[in-house]
Amino acid sequence: MLYTSAEFIIFAAVLLAVYHTLPRVCKPYLLLLSSVIFFASYAWYNLPFLIFTVLVTYAGGIAVAKVYERGEGEISSGEFDRETKKEMRRRVKRRAKLVMALTVTADIAVLAVLKYYNFALHNANALLHFTKNESDLFITLALPLGISFYTFMCVGYVVDVFRKKYSAERNILKVALFAAYFPQLVQGPFSRYDETGAQLWSPSDVGADALSWAFLRIAWGYFKKLVLADRVAVAVNALAGDADAYRGAYALAAVVLYSIRIYADFTGGIDITIGLSEALGVKLRENFIRPYFSKSIAEYWRRWHISLGEWFREYLFYPLSIAGPVGKASKWVKKHVGAGAAKRFPVYVATVIVWFVTGIWHGAAWNFIAWGMANCVVILISQELSPLYEKFHAKTGIGEGGAWGAFMIVRTYFLMSMIRMFDVYADVGKTFSAVGSIFTTFNYGVFFDGSMLTLGLTGADYALLAVGCAVIFAVSVLGGKKSLRERTSGRYALRVSLSCLLAVATLVFGAYGIGYDASQFIYNQF
Amino acid sequence: MDTILQLLSELHEDIDFEECDSLVNDGILDSFDIVTLIGEIADEFDVQITADKITPENFNSAESIWSLVSELMDE
Repeated sequence: MLYTSAEFIIFAAVLLAVYHTLPRVCKPYLLLLSSVIFFASYAWYNLPFLIFTVLVTYAGGIAVAKVYERGEGEISSGEFDRETKKEMRRRVKRRAKLVMALTVTADIAVLAVLKYYNFALHNANALLHFTKNESDLFITLALPLGISFYTFMCVGYVVDVFRKKYSAERNILKVALFAAYFPQLVQGPFSRYDETGAQLWSPSDVGADALSWAFLRIAWGYFKKLVLADRVAVAVNALAGDADAYRGAYALAAVVLYSIRIYADFTGGIDITIGLSEALGVKLRENFIRPYFSKSIAEYWRRWHISLGEWFREYLFYPLSIAGPVGKASKWVKKHVGAGAAKRFPVYVATVIVWFVTGIWHGAAWNFIAWGMANCVVILISQELSPLYEKFHAKTGIGEGGAWGAFMIVRTYFLMSMIRMFDVYADVGKTFSAVGSIFTTFNYGVFFDGSMLTLGLTGADYALLAVGCAVIFAVSVLGGKKSLRERTSGRYALRVSLSCLLAVATLVFGAYGIGYDASQFIYNQF
Repeated sequence: MDTILQLLSELHEDIDFEECDSLVNDGILDSFDIVTLIGEIADEFDVQITADKITPENFNSAESIWSLVSELMDE
C-alpha cells in the first residue's frame, strides 16, 4: 500500500473518519490494528519478524529493569559501607548491560540476516569461491517494511531503559505500537519511546489548528513527491541508466536533478508522515531543517535526516568514542605517536565506524559503503582544516555571512550532491568516472542545444520543475525566521485554500501515466 | 571550574564560556569537541563520563559540565 496509491488514500480517509469518532481509550487499539494491516499489506508473511522484534524488545526491557530492581533490593537489604555499595552497583550495571547487549544483538540479528545475508554471502563467495550457484543460497524474501527503522527504534528503547532514561514498558501492546506505528514505517523519522510512547497510547485531541496544518502539510508532501520527485526521476533514471554515454555536463545535470529528486521525495514523504500523524493526534519530530542551506557537511548532517544522525550520535558515536578499549588504544597512540594523534584517535575511530554503519544501513551494497566513507573522509578533512579556516576568517575579517556564506552553501550543496551519486549510479567505479567527467569532459553546450529534452522530460516539465523548486526555495526562506506553522496560525481559510490549491496542482501536474511511475519513496528501500 | 573553562577555551578561543549556556543547542560544541573534552576531563579529574551522561543539558554550559564532573567525583 504505497502512500501514493488510491488504496492508501482510502485507508487513511477511513481510518481518520473512524478514529475521530472513537473514545480516546479505543484509539490506540485502532492505531495498532491499522499499523498491522499497513505492514501486512506489503508482505503479510513478514509479520513474524516484526512480532519477534517486539517480543524481544519488550522482554529485554523488562529483564533489564528486573536486574536493576533486584540489585537495588540487595543493596538496600543490608548495611554496607560506601565502597561495597559502589562495587555492588557496578556488578548490577554489568548484569544489566549483558541483558541489554543480548537484546540488542537479537534485534540486530534479524535485520542482519534479512538485509545483509545475501550481500555477505556474495562477498564471501567472491573471496573463497565455495559455490558456483550462490543464488541458490540467497534469501529471497522481501524485506519487512520499515525494518531498518523499527529495529533501530527498538534498540534505542532497550538502551534507554538500560541507561535509566525511562522505565521499562509493562504493556507489550504499547511497545508493539511504538515499533509498528505505520506512518513511521515508510521512511521514519526515528522516534524515541519517551517522545511518542505516551502520545501513541493517549493521543491528543486534534483541533482545527492542528488539523488544518496537518492537511496542508500532507498536501505539500504529495505535491513534492508527485509533481517534482516522480517527474524528475524520469530524467535521473535515463542519465543513470547509461552512465558511459551521459558524461560531463550530463553528469552535472544528474547531480543537480537527483538533488531535487531526493529532497522532494524524502522531505515530501516526511511531510505526509508528520501531517498524517498530527491528524491522528501524535506529534513526530522534524527530520529536516532546510538542509540545502548548510554551510558545511557537518552542519548538513545536523539538518538532513536529523533523527538518523541523532540516533547514530547517541547510540553509536558517543559510546564508541568513549569506550574503554578505544581509550586504552588512545593511550598507546599517545605514548608511541604523540598527543595530537591520541586526541584525534577516539573521534576518528568512532567517525569511521559510524559512517561505515550509516552507509550499510542505507543498503547492503558497496556503493552505499563508499557513500558513507566519502562522507566520513570529507568530515574528517573539514575537521582537520577547521583551524586553517578560523585563521583565514581572523586574518581576512571575512565572516560566514554575505558572499562568503553563499559560497559555503553552494560548495556544501555540490559536495553533498556529488557524494550522493554513489546512490544514483549504484556502482563505485561508475560514480567516480561520471563525477570525474564533470571536470574533464567539456560538453556544456548540451544545456543549450535541446539535448536535455531527450531525457524523457519536455520543456514544460523542466518549467514545472523550475517553478516547483522556486516555490520550495520561497517556502524555505519564509520559514527561516518564523515557522510557517506560526505564520499561518489561526488562518484556517488560508490553510484550507493552500491545501486545495496544492491538491489541484498535484492532480493536474502530478507525474502519472505512461513513462511515469508513482513509485515508492527512496528511503523506504533503505 | 577554572580547569573546565581552560579546557573549553582550548577548544574555542573566541567563546565566552563563563556566560554562554547554550553550547550544545547553539552548535558551539559539536560531537567532536565533546569527545575531546571528555578525554581531557578523564585525564584531569580521573572520572569517566559515560554515554548516557552526554546530554545537551550536561554540556550546555561550563557550569553544567562542572556540576557533572563534581557529581562523578563524589560517586
